[in-house]
Amino acid sequence: MASIKFDNVVKSYGDVDIIKGLDLEIRDKEFMVLVGPSGCGKSTTLRMIAGLEEITDGKLYIGDRVVNNVHPKDRDVAMVFQSYALYPHMSVYENIAFGLRLRKLPKDEIDRLVSEAADTLGLTPLLDRKPKALSGGQRQRVALGRAIVRKPSVFLFDEPLSNLDAELRVHMRAEIANLQKRLAITSVYVTHDQVEAMTMGDRIAVLHDGNLRQVGTPLDLYDNPQNVFVAQFIGTPNMNILKMTVSDDGTELTHPDITYKTPEAWKAAVSERKGKMVYVGFRPEHIRGEGEHDWKNVAEIKSTAQIVETLGHEVVVHAKLANDDKTIVAKMDVHKTPKVGDDLVLYVNADKLHIFDGETTNRL
Amino acid sequence: MKIQIHSPSHYITDLRYPWSKHLTQWPPELFVEVARGIHRNVVRFISNKGRVYALKELMTPIARNEYNLLREMEEMGLPVVEPVGLVTNRDEGVSQARSSFSLVGDSMDMSNRALLVTHYLEGALPYRIIIQQGITMEQLGQMLDALVELLARLHLSGIYWGDCSLSNTLFRRDAGLMAAYLVDAETSEIYPTLSDGQRAYDLELAELNLAGDLMDLEAAEQLPAGSDPVELANSVVDRYNKLWRELTHDEIFEPEDQFKIEQRVRRLNDLGFDVEEMEITTVDDGQRVRMVPRVVEHWHHRRRLNSLTGLQVQENQARRLLNDLSRYKAFLAEHEGRDIPEPVAAYRWLSEVFNPSLQSISSDLKGSLDDAEVFHEILEHRWYLSQAAGRDVGQAAATEDYINTVMKRRKAGVFKAGDDPFVKTTKR
Repeated sequence: MASIKFDNVVKSYGDVDIIKGLDLEIRDKEFMVLVGPSGCGKSTTLRMIAGLEEITDGKLYIGDRVVNNVHPKDRDVAMVFQSYALYPHMSVYENIAFGLRLRKLPKDEIDRLVSEAADTLGLTPLLDRKPKALSGGQRQRVALGRAIVRKPSVFLFDEPLSNLDAELRVHMRAEIANLQKRLAITSVYVTHDQVEAMTMGDRIAVLHDGNLRQVGTPLDLYDNPQNVFVAQFIGTPNMNILKMTVSDDGTELTHPDITYKTPEAWKAAVSERKGKMVYVGFRPEHIRGEGEHDWKNVAEIKSTAQIVETLGHEVVVHAKLANDDKTIVAKMDVHKTPKVGDDLVLYVNADKLHIFDGETTNRL
Repeated sequence: MKIQIHSPSHYITDLRYPWSKHLTQWPPELFVEVARGIHRNVVRFISNKGRVYALKELMTPIARNEYNLLREMEEMGLPVVEPVGLVTNRDEGVSQARSSFSLVGDSMDMSNRALLVTHYLEGALPYRIIIQQGITMEQLGQMLDALVELLARLHLSGIYWGDCSLSNTLFRRDAGLMAAYLVDAETSEIYPTLSDGQRAYDLELAELNLAGDLMDLEAAEQLPAGSDPVELANSVVDRYNKLWRELTHDEIFEPEDQFKIEQRVRRLNDLGFDVEEMEITTVDDGQRVRMVPRVVEHWHHRRRLNSLTGLQVQENQARRLLNDLSRYKAFLAEHEGRDIPEPVAAYRWLSEVFNPSLQSISSDLKGSLDDAEVFHEILEHRWYLSQAAGRDVGQAAATEDYINTVMKRRKAGVFKAGDDPFVKTTKR
């Protein structure tokens, strides 16, 4: 078992820094998800752990060992692919065991390891079967068996579910997350899909433009985003962000369409920015229509419904503000679905605001 | 629905095909049976206008990535399966009524699914078929050598395969040997150069995959007698390392042993590679010489020009003609305000530049020179005329001047083939 530590790690191609001084600790047995938009550096980070990318500067530890110059084969990590082609003439046992046979392990050792892997995956009764006699889900489990039978110290997953259909993807998310818990092997999982990140990771590291923007539990990131990027990246639909001005006395946040009394919790931070612009964020579920909330502190917004998406259990409304080109997104009561073009009076829960500095975009 | 086609010579835009449906829902009578390997994804083959195409079901971003990678590799002259097209947006704008084929099964969510279309490589076979037909240990060794050579070629070009295996390769018999072609680039990536770690991991995956491929053949009792899958898979690592060392290692020798440079180049040529550049530096305070070869694909330019235009020319001619093709591609892009795909540019260059130039010259004026050589001379002539004029004189004017000032006088015996009096008066 192993922890992983990035100590001010830099990865550059020529003059271009792809990873800009990464400090990140992944705990032993933890399921860490690296998430971010395309080009953020998440796959490069994973490949540095695997030894596929050379490290330009800084130190990378696996356990207590600096592995900057350790050969991929000697790092005891296993990359897990999105899917494997199973060999049609080989049994489930042979499909799981062939990598061990290549490593020339003794027969009884191979038997023991395959038996353990099959047990973990619920494949024991199927060991003599050929792939064509398996269901789709069973085949996926055999494929996982190929990866886990080696018993590496670290599993690395690089967008392993990206080629699966939605239904199988959801199923495999749960399968992988459960397997990781049972095996208790440190795992690093790369995805661009924040829903996948939120549902799978013990913790999530959000990367953007080669920088670590925040690391924390899924709930941490959702409830306490540390910057505008994370606030908007995590959560579906995205958090609404408005540019607002702090009043000269610091008691209000103003916008042509909305005025907040500065919430108690933010007063100290906001008072240092009198007269300045700040970013104010609120999630779609913290907006309601008239008479649909029992919040104590609310601010009112006048808007017009532009898009109405009925999702069955809720309705998502995209509403254009009256005095700004900006559109905000609200999750509303499905029984009070507005029509496109309706003028709406919306109420934002002022106790659920997120306020970010206008210059640094960091949370106040 | 949107169909992108890479090569204008392939017409796969037949809307009778139910493009909007998942391949598993197409009527079976649409498919043809061909020799094929093991696939992770749903792959089917269709025959259209006398050609066979492979269709692969993928999620759109993965399909797009593989399509672009295959195109890039093809343009680099690497031996890869020919990418033909990409079908995306399959759930948009195609009514079922337009399909003349009946459909089976329920509809699936096709919103983010794409079909990658590649041209089935004629004359190339999957390893299983070759082995099933009966193969000696020596031939099996040739097959592994071909795969190792393919992997080394990719690595030299900065390509990480990510899933090298016999299953992801097709083999063609080549003058008594084997040539290998990459058919699956789903996991591939292109870098300026590969790190040792990337190469090592790619090789590790290749060894593992080969062991699986060969053990499966063993389970089917199709391996040549006496062969051990583990030993064969292990041998691939040795074969690769030996080849890679020969291709890239630097050599230090005494200044008087200059013949070693030629020896090295010959050894590399014997392995089927060209040396584009040899970096020679002195070491040990000038006491000894170090040489580092820069190796490229064998007959790189010749093969590339042939694949783009069908022209069969010599290597240096090919280099020159490709340069002119690139120039014309850039001209077209600027003139028409859009990016012109390489095969389109090649086709237009052939029909708008190369052929018209040569057709304006009577065969008696050409004498013993082949077309590529004549075109090369016209390009030279154009360059010198343009230098003298201080502007590009254009192909037509250069051709006309070349006929009048060089070819006619050459025919009259004023000077020999290859001589250009204008060229002689101008230092390039």
